[in-house]
Amino acid sequence: MINADHLCKNYGPVRAVDDISFDIAAGDIVGLLGPNGSGKTTIMRMLTGFFAPTAGTCSVAGVDLVEDSIGARRHIGYLPENIALYPDMNVRGYLTFAARTRDYGGNVKQRVDDVMEECGLAHMARRTIGKMSKGYRQRVGIAQAIVHEPEVLILDEPTVGLDPRQIVEIRSLIRQLAGRSTVLLSTHILPEVSLTCRRVLILDEGRLVAEDTAEGLAKKTEGKREAVLRLRADAAEAERVLGAVDGVESVELIGTDSDGTVSLLVAAAQDADLVPALVREVSERGWPLYEATPRVMSLEELFVKILEDGAGS
Amino acid sequence: MNRFTALLRRELRGFFGSPLVYFVAAVFLALSGYYFYTDLNAFITFGFGDSIVEHLWQRLFNDIVRVVLTVIPLVTMRVYAEEKHLGTIELLYTSPLRDGEILAAKYLACMCVFLVLLGSTVLYPAMIYYIQPFDLSQLKAVYIGLLLLVSTMVLIGIFVSSLTQTQIIAAMFTYGAVLLLWNLSWNEAALPTDLLGVISQLCAYDHFEPFARGLIELKHVAYFAALSLLMIFGTLRSMESRQWRGRR
Repeated sequence: MINADHLCKNYGPVRAVDDISFDIAAGDIVGLLGPNGSGKTTIMRMLTGFFAPTAGTCSVAGVDLVEDSIGARRHIGYLPENIALYPDMNVRGYLTFAARTRDYGGNVKQRVDDVMEECGLAHMARRTIGKMSKGYRQRVGIAQAIVHEPEVLILDEPTVGLDPRQIVEIRSLIRQLAGRSTVLLSTHILPEVSLTCRRVLILDEGRLVAEDTAEGLAKKTEGKREAVLRLRADAAEAERVLGAVDGVESVELIGTDSDGTVSLLVAAAQDADLVPALVREVSERGWPLYEATPRVMSLEELFVKILEDGAGS
Repeated sequence: MNRFTALLRRELRGFFGSPLVYFVAAVFLALSGYYFYTDLNAFITFGFGDSIVEHLWQRLFNDIVRVVLTVIPLVTMRVYAEEKHLGTIELLYTSPLRDGEILAAKYLACMCVFLVLLGSTVLYPAMIYYIQPFDLSQLKAVYIGLLLLVSTMVLIGIFVSSLTQTQIIAAMFTYGAVLLLWNLSWNEAALPTDLLGVISQLCAYDHFEPFARGLIELKHVAYFAALSLLMIFGTLRSMESRQWRGRR
């Protein structure tokens, strides 16, 4: 459904995207993961017809974006990063405009009603976009991307800048859409992809450095288990006690708070979930426990790991 | 056509849904009314019995053009600059609209604003005609010239707006460009004699003035058409620059 073949994009002397190829099957939901400046937005802008690749080809729903950009754009719904909407229009007016400019063939009024219902905007139909909260504007952004029933949805950082409740809502909305359209979304937040996508393309400095399933990525990021514990106890004693727990390789003091609590990073010798054993030990000692969290690898650490794995293999 | 009409409606909404165009119209009507009153007064005092074309319409419409030139940047400045600043242009560029369609919708919307403004000035000759009918053919030429001039100047403003994200910069450069083009050969004595011919050919005033005298000549129509085509070409290239600049 989405096909990229040796895509390259240069901005003057700078190569923003370097020889990227991938295929996304119909109905799939794929994440583009990479730090800021890794080329995610550039790839999306090529796939949406915003600009043409410097070299290589890409197609959407079987239509080549270089040869027939206008034709291909009819099959695409796009939510750009930091979506900008006309602030003077109301929701219904804007979605009607979006449906018409994207050549929606059916009953526009009915479709706009349905989309507003689906995106939780029905009670906001007459609200001026400029007066809406960021979360609702993002919903309007998603609504405009799906209003013409596109086969392909391209969402650039769909949850950026939203509060946690809005993030959950938008993620669940995206998962609902995945049943009907093929979705490509980008993010620089590691957990986002495993929560929403089935497959992940990992980018760094314009190159595709790895490709994995969401489960595979989750395994990679867990890898060697680590946990962070915050408790009230003597730091040296806590280090000694926790270091003696079965399966613990090392304990490191990572902080002492003014309220007298200490934070410790505990690493397991092998792949194992340490948290239950650690919590048991702490409660047996009667130490007040404030936090016990399995540590998730950061995106930067994941890159180091991917590059190390690549060098090792 | 459906998508083009939707975009045109959106553009018209952008003008008529915001207060700016009404402020602009109010100032335009006040100034053009003032010029009509003072020019008519001068005609009655000094030129009564002489040609109404030469002594009233020519003077009045040259004055009205001066007001129009001030108004053009205020109308065209937002056309691209605002969309680039807001980021809304990205969705236009990724919808199945050709760059030419986007430009045409924006141009037509601007022209609608000026048709309303220029249409309101018909009231002045209509009042005179009501009191004393006169030959309308020359007035038609004035309006054709006015439309050609405004259309060309609007395209200059649209082109400048496509080059920047800042409306005030677009307005200032457009004002500079249209005013220079209008006044280019106003003091022939100050221009090098060997360039005088060329500069006079480039000067918008020299091409509008025959229309104001009631004459329609192909070479003057061609001047406005050529300049318009140049601006359309420039705007389309400017829109295309996203290909290599990577920005909207």
